[in-house]
This record gives sequence, structure tokens and C-alpha cells, in this order.
Amino acid sequence: MGSSRISIADVKHVAKLAALQLSDAEEARMEAELNTILAHMDELSEVDVSSVTPTLHSVVAAGALRPDVVLPSLSREELLQAAPAREADGFAVPKVLDGDG
Amino acid sequence: MSELFSSTLTEIAQSVQSQKRSAVEVTQATLERISALNPEINAYLYVDREGALAAAAAVDRALQDNPGQSFPLAGVPIGIKDNLCTRGVRTTCASKILEGYIPPYDAHVVQQLRAAGAVLVGKLNLDEFAMGSSNENSAFGVVRNPWDRARTPGGSSGGAAAATALGLGFATLGSDTGGSVRQPASYCGVTAIKPTYGRVSRFGLIAFASSLDQVGPLTRNMRDGARLLSVIAGPDPRDATSAVVPVADYEAECGRDVRGLRVGVVKNITEGCQPAVAAAFQTAVEQLSKRLGCEIVEVELPHQRYALSVYYIVANAEASSNLARFDGMRYGLRVTGEELQNTYRKSRAAGFGAEVKRRIMLGTYVLSAGYYDALYLKAQKVRTLIRDDYAKAFAHCDVLLTPTAPSPAFKLGEIADPLAMYMQDIFTLPPSLAGIPAVSVPCGVSPEGLPLGLQLCAPHFEETRLVRLGHAYETVSGFKSLASAS
Repeated sequence: MGSSRISIADVKHVAKLAALQLSDAEEARMEAELNTILAHMDELSEVDVSSVTPTLHSVVAAGALRPDVVLPSLSREELLQAAPAREADGFAVPKVLDGDG
Repeated sequence: MSELFSSTLTEIAQSVQSQKRSAVEVTQATLERISALNPEINAYLYVDREGALAAAAAVDRALQDNPGQSFPLAGVPIGIKDNLCTRGVRTTCASKILEGYIPPYDAHVVQQLRAAGAVLVGKLNLDEFAMGSSNENSAFGVVRNPWDRARTPGGSSGGAAAATALGLGFATLGSDTGGSVRQPASYCGVTAIKPTYGRVSRFGLIAFASSLDQVGPLTRNMRDGARLLSVIAGPDPRDATSAVVPVADYEAECGRDVRGLRVGVVKNITEGCQPAVAAAFQTAVEQLSKRLGCEIVEVELPHQRYALSVYYIVANAEASSNLARFDGMRYGLRVTGEELQNTYRKSRAAGFGAEVKRRIMLGTYVLSAGYYDALYLKAQKVRTLIRDDYAKAFAHCDVLLTPTAPSPAFKLGEIADPLAMYMQDIFTLPPSLAGIPAVSVPCGVSPEGLPLGLQLCAPHFEETRLVRLGHAYETVSGFKSLASAS
């Protein structure tokens, strides 16, 4: 895993995937810090996991599944209270499509 | 006032239940204490004076109307970590992205507390989105350790631990993903329980890492913690990972004999710890053996050393996915850009702090094309080895013992390197990855007068053993809590 090192280009790419706008200074700091952290994680390459299954659930116990019936839920008005911007009965969001759509 | 605040949670509940004291009187005194002392330590981000007094009055009325009605937490003022949703009361995760957010619903654990007669006094500071080990990542100011105000209370439930230590409430609820109730409990000299994954519903706990997050109580003694655990534990149809496993009478474990209990210790476990931690740990082992009659057995956890790498891959992968919901559309901060994508990026850039951004970046990276197998999947496999180590160890012992943290509380600003900060959690991460329950109990003080913690771990759903041994240890440890001493 020695190849898993990050360049500034990688930082920009990952920031785009994560929908984070980073300043130049943040990008530079992120490159340095992520490289240090990932270098530490290289230690995992010493572990032989060829016959090991990944842990998807740490605890094996029956979960609390509920009957498949409709229950009352929060009202539209209650949920819209927290909206940064609203229009009539919905969340107002910036334009998604170009043109007159 | 001091007499009231040297009472335990169970004593307060008993006195209100039997109407010797009113819930309103206890609540008023607690609110006054918070007003007087909170400005010095910044444990509470918000105090809900009106809501607390109304809830207290309702408990008093209910008891006057029907004295036979039993409330296990009658009139007990409790603080709630600010990543647990409280209906109509602001919930911020100590993040600018949720500043001013008012949830329209209560977390499951909050509903349970209310139904048990507790009085919710306010919301407690934390590292932003519970990401941190020092509470220095809060967007709303650091919390100061009540034992030494130049020091961190630990994190991420730093506000909860500091408030509990200082008696700003008779207990608090925190959350623990990789040590976030245990490590601050250790730094502040209080008791914390991290239940088995699935023991307590996560409904309404704002998610950090969904395969690891658990809600847990912070209290001044083990009996209080046991009482609180009984109230919040149990299945909830709104959290499919909450387990359908009967809830034990945890409090009944307090006072039970621990003679012959097999206590596992890993050889050289305190290597790399500060000398005071090593010394206190050694003393605790001797007390368990000589004074309580436990059988000390040596066990091995060979993959524990990889826990930090595994944790910071798995937890951040989950965090990057969970925190995608904060995009400025339905709640929280919006910084409007030219179009939608740009609005997401600007809102998240303005709303998240440095540590949260770092973790989102790391998590996004380990899940991205080309690295998923080498990092994320690999980590999930090593996680299996860490779990298997515990299964093997628990064939030879009933409870496993480690220090809670490698040092006492460090000074605010002392640790700047992220990796060095993550090292504070080396003992608390492995139980979280394995999903097993663990508690931290105070085990003495360092030469500079700072509290230290002992971590006890048990197999899945065996919290009863932790309460039993933790309580027994408390009777011989000689530790004096801050609020009862002051």
C-alpha cells in the first residue's frame, strides 16, 4: 500500500467527490496530514487477511424489525420549519438544470 | 446546596419519588449551580430553564396525583450531549452547520428519560459531530476540565464528563463511537458506560459512524450508571440495529460478590503509557486480586495494535457517508452559490470545522475507486481479527482490564498533530470495533492531582459483569469524586 499516497491533484479530486470547497491553504494542509495518517495505516499491509471475512456487523443479534405498517410521521409543516429557504409547501433550492427546463 | 450535590442520582430520585424533596426544588438548585459554574467551564451550550422547570413541575404533579406511580429517575436533572435530538430544543452537534437547528422530534433515549421522570436541563458541548478526543473541535468554544481548567476534559463527550464531575446535573448522556464517553470520563474522574452495540437505540442520535455509535451514561458512581442504563436500554422498532435481547436489572448487580471472577490482563498493556497510568493500573489489578478475590489471568489480544488504523478507516468512511446529508437544503446552514453543486460545496466549506473536513476527506478517499479494496475492505477484515481476539480471550476470562487512556488529561492546545490526538483512544477503540460493552471507572489520581480511569470490557450483552465488578472496585479504589469533595 506504499502507493496509496496523496498528491494535491488527489486532494482536489476527493474534495470534489466530498462536495467540499477547500482553499489553497486547506488543500496543502490536507495533503500533508492525509499523507501522514495514510502512512500510519500502511501497517495494515503486514496483516494476512487472505482467509478472513470482513466484519459487516460487529454484533450478531436479532434486530428490532417493526411490522410493515404505516405509522403517523412528522408533518410537512414541522419539517419545513428547519428549511434554510422555502417556497409554498417545499424546500426552495438553487437552480438544478440549465435553460428554461 | 453542597449537601444536595453530594447526593447520588439514586438518592435524589428516591427523595423526589417519596416527595421528601420536590423535583422543582432540585431542578432550581441545579439551574442555579449551572448558572454559577458553567461560564468557567463551558460544558453546557444551552440551558433549557423553562423546559426543565415545566418538566419538574409535571413530575411533582404526577406524584401528588398518584404517589404509587414509580419513576426511576424522578426529578433527576440530567444534561444531554448536543448530538442527541431534543424536540423543540436546539441541537447543534457543536457545528456551525447546525447552528440554530431545532429538531421536531426526541431521540429514543430522550423519550425514555422523560418517561422515567428525568428533568432535561440542557445540551452539552462536544467535539464537532463527536469527532475528537479533547473537545477542542467544538465550534462553540472549548470545555475546561473541572480538575484543572488549563486542561482538556477529553472528548468527544467533554461537556458531559465535565458537567457530571462538577455536579451540573446528577448525570449526563453522551455518545461513544471510539471512546467518547470513556476517555472523557477518565479525564474528569467520573464513571461511563459504553453499552454493547445494539443495546441502546440510536434513533435520534445524529450519526457519526453508524456501525460503532452507542449512547451511554456518565455518572458519579456505578449504581447511578446502572440505573440510567436500565432506563435507556432495550429494543426500539425505529432502529433496526437495536437488539432484541432482554434488559437485565443492572442495578441489582451492585453489591454482588466478585470473588473468583476471572479478570483478563494483557501482558505489558501499559507499555507506552505515562508512569502514573501504569502505576494506578498495577494498583487496581492488585486490589481486584487481593481485596476482592478476583482471579487475574493473562490473555492476548495480538491484533489490538491495528485498531487505530482500522478505526480511522471504518469510522471515517461511515462519517463521510453520514455527513453527506448536511448540504444546506433541508436544514442547517446554506451559503448560496451560482448553482446547486456550488451551493453544496460552499455550505459545507463554511459549516464544517477542520477536523470534520479532514475526516470527510479521509473517509471519501478510502471509499473511492482504486482504494476501497486496499483500505476499506482490508480494514473491515482486520476488524474481524480484532473481534476474534476478544472471542478467544473471553474463553479464559469474564472481564478484561485495561487503562482507559494512556495519560491523564493533557493541556488545552498541547496536542496539535491529528495522529498523536488519535493515540489518546488506543485502549477504547478495540472494544468499539468489536461491539463489546466497556465501562470506565475512576482509579486514582496522578501525582499532579488528575484523575485516571480503568476500563473494564465484557462479551456482547454482558453489561451486568461490568456493573458488578465496577461497583465492587469502587468500594476499594478509595477514589473521591470532585463534586462530593467540594
